[in-house]
Amino acid sequence: MNLSRFFSKTRGDSPFKRVLIHLVLIIACVIAVYPVLRVATISIRPGDRPLSSDLSIIPKDATLKNYQLVLFGDPVTKRASDFALWLWNSLLITVTTATIGVILASTAAYAFSRFKFPGRGAGLVFLLTTQMIPAGMLLLPLYRMLTNLKLLDTYLGLVIAYSVSSVPFSIWILKGYYDTIPIDLEEAARIDGTSQLGAFYRIIIPLSTPSLAIAFLFNFMSSWSEYLVARVVLQKATMYTWPLGVRTFSNQFVTAYGRFAAASILVAVPAMILFLYSSKWLVSGLTLGGVKG
Amino acid sequence: MISLTPQIMSTSFATVLRFIAGIVVAWLLLEAVVYVLFHRPPKNLLMRLVVLALAVALIFLFGRYVWANKSLDMLKKAAIGLALLLVYLGAYWSVGSPRASHLGIAYSLLAPAVIGIAALIIYPFVFNVYLAFTNMSMTTIRTYTFSLANGINNFRSVFTGVVAHDATFWQVLLRTILWTAINIVFHVSGGMFLALLLNRPMRFKGIYRTLLIFPWAIPQTIACMALRAEFNQNYGFFNSLLSTPLATRIGLHPLNWLTDPLWAFVALCISNIWLGIPFMMVIILGGLQSISKEFYEASEIDGASSTYQFRHITLPLLRPVLTPSIILGTVWTFNALNVVYLITGGNPQEKTDILVSSLYRAAFDFYRYGFAAAFGLVIFFFLFLFTLVYIRVTGGLKAAYE
Repeated sequence: MNLSRFFSKTRGDSPFKRVLIHLVLIIACVIAVYPVLRVATISIRPGDRPLSSDLSIIPKDATLKNYQLVLFGDPVTKRASDFALWLWNSLLITVTTATIGVILASTAAYAFSRFKFPGRGAGLVFLLTTQMIPAGMLLLPLYRMLTNLKLLDTYLGLVIAYSVSSVPFSIWILKGYYDTIPIDLEEAARIDGTSQLGAFYRIIIPLSTPSLAIAFLFNFMSSWSEYLVARVVLQKATMYTWPLGVRTFSNQFVTAYGRFAAASILVAVPAMILFLYSSKWLVSGLTLGGVKG
Repeated sequence: MISLTPQIMSTSFATVLRFIAGIVVAWLLLEAVVYVLFHRPPKNLLMRLVVLALAVALIFLFGRYVWANKSLDMLKKAAIGLALLLVYLGAYWSVGSPRASHLGIAYSLLAPAVIGIAALIIYPFVFNVYLAFTNMSMTTIRTYTFSLANGINNFRSVFTGVVAHDATFWQVLLRTILWTAINIVFHVSGGMFLALLLNRPMRFKGIYRTLLIFPWAIPQTIACMALRAEFNQNYGFFNSLLSTPLATRIGLHPLNWLTDPLWAFVALCISNIWLGIPFMMVIILGGLQSISKEFYEASEIDGASSTYQFRHITLPLLRPVLTPSIILGTVWTFNALNVVYLITGGNPQEKTDILVSSLYRAAFDFYRYGFAAAFGLVIFFFLFLFTLVYIRVTGGLKAAYE
């Protein structure tokens, strides 16, 4: 079998071009994946030499010691592992945040998509304007607010700080998606005796699952690995989310670097699987928000 | 040993549940109020005024005689409040016009988002404006004063003084513009290149696509911290590569990635380009797939070259997707606080700071709160101006909100 035919089902491209395309894509994939693999490599290096100029993917003396240290603590110094605690904190905060965010955004987007009401155009432009607020600018007032409400070092404080930040963007995505759903569907349901809200619940929500998933994912991912706001809001080590916790590894003396890598892999892999699994919805969820039907 | 015990889990879970329950109650109450308010609006102006007066009176009575009354416990206060609310809604309902309006549903759908945005975006923004006119800092956190002179002083020092510790505003602004331009050019051209390669029937397409999204899929915090290590002088990937025998033979040598201002900036650009290409690729690929094959077939019959096809079919039809995503990409790159703060921290000597990282450090590393508030407003103004001009010029986004 011809090599180029094996590589491609394209008609019209010359065999040389096909091989070239695959070659370029393979190089691009290596560039995209290699840094992630490097973290994995560092995580399985033995504790006495986490730093090394060795470029091989699997070191000869690979060990899972770092993972053991991260997950179960250090048996020698009797130091307990906080890793599970950080993950638990992150999980509670992130799931609450993303759920609130998606509920706020999906209902508001429906109103923007289906109703003509005073303030609609201004509202949409306003939502876009909020995206221009520089990162960190609202953090200072929020910090004061949370201090006054005595919400520093609480789950509630961080949820409040996170929950609304992705809402304007989610509203835009969802509105664009709702716009592509023919209004006839709802009208048919209305004739059959469903209320407007019933139509939203029974027709729009099921039909817009992909974009709802995208909105949830955006909310989830943005707060799951958020570091800079958490650093300001959470000061007690027992309240740390994992980015704060993992950062303590990378700040410490050199030998903690292997543990940093192991912890990173443990956190990144589930998040990446979730992301890649839902990436089939990414295209439809995002582009339909940009182009109108 | 693990410090997360079942007891910690149950107490923290209960805290969150209580919080969610509180939100649900407040949400339902809000929905009811908004729905009734707009479902049957009062018939005429006089009725509207009467209803408004009633609302003010009820709020006053509640505050004066119920909320301030120490002998009542929280539960009784809430019950009385709820009863008053029902009285008010009943009154409103009875003077409402006989024709129901769809505004009831529209506004009750919007209400939660509006309240959230008002409390957590608009209010902090306004408070930020207030802070910009104070001399608040670490030492004056309780005794700061609000005055026009302070405001003028803050804004003047944004433009004339140093923004964090070493760099001036104009230096950082120029660097930010350069940073955004370099990144966007590489994001769009790189994303376009990969998307064009992938947009054909081919083997392993799904695998390529999945692998190429990796930089977007990995949590950004981890990516940034890991990349920082890769730029390490002795052990990082880049210097290891540059000190291999082959690299030495062709005249390359290890670089001071994090201590040399120029190379530190290059390091930031490499990192952010790597992080940002997948987003553009996915967006453009989606756009390409929505372009009908017939355009290309028709132009092929007319003998159009592939460059011609790209310029006259692909680009114009991609525009509705490209314009908003370039705006978003620009805003995100401009705001790439994570990347700068976690990889170089703006160092050496703030020579790699962009505006938002200077802002963050001015506020939270140097505690110049009043100054940072003014600085933030200036940045917002610049970004706003840029977007306005961009939208004017490209005429984009119209399709998106009409």
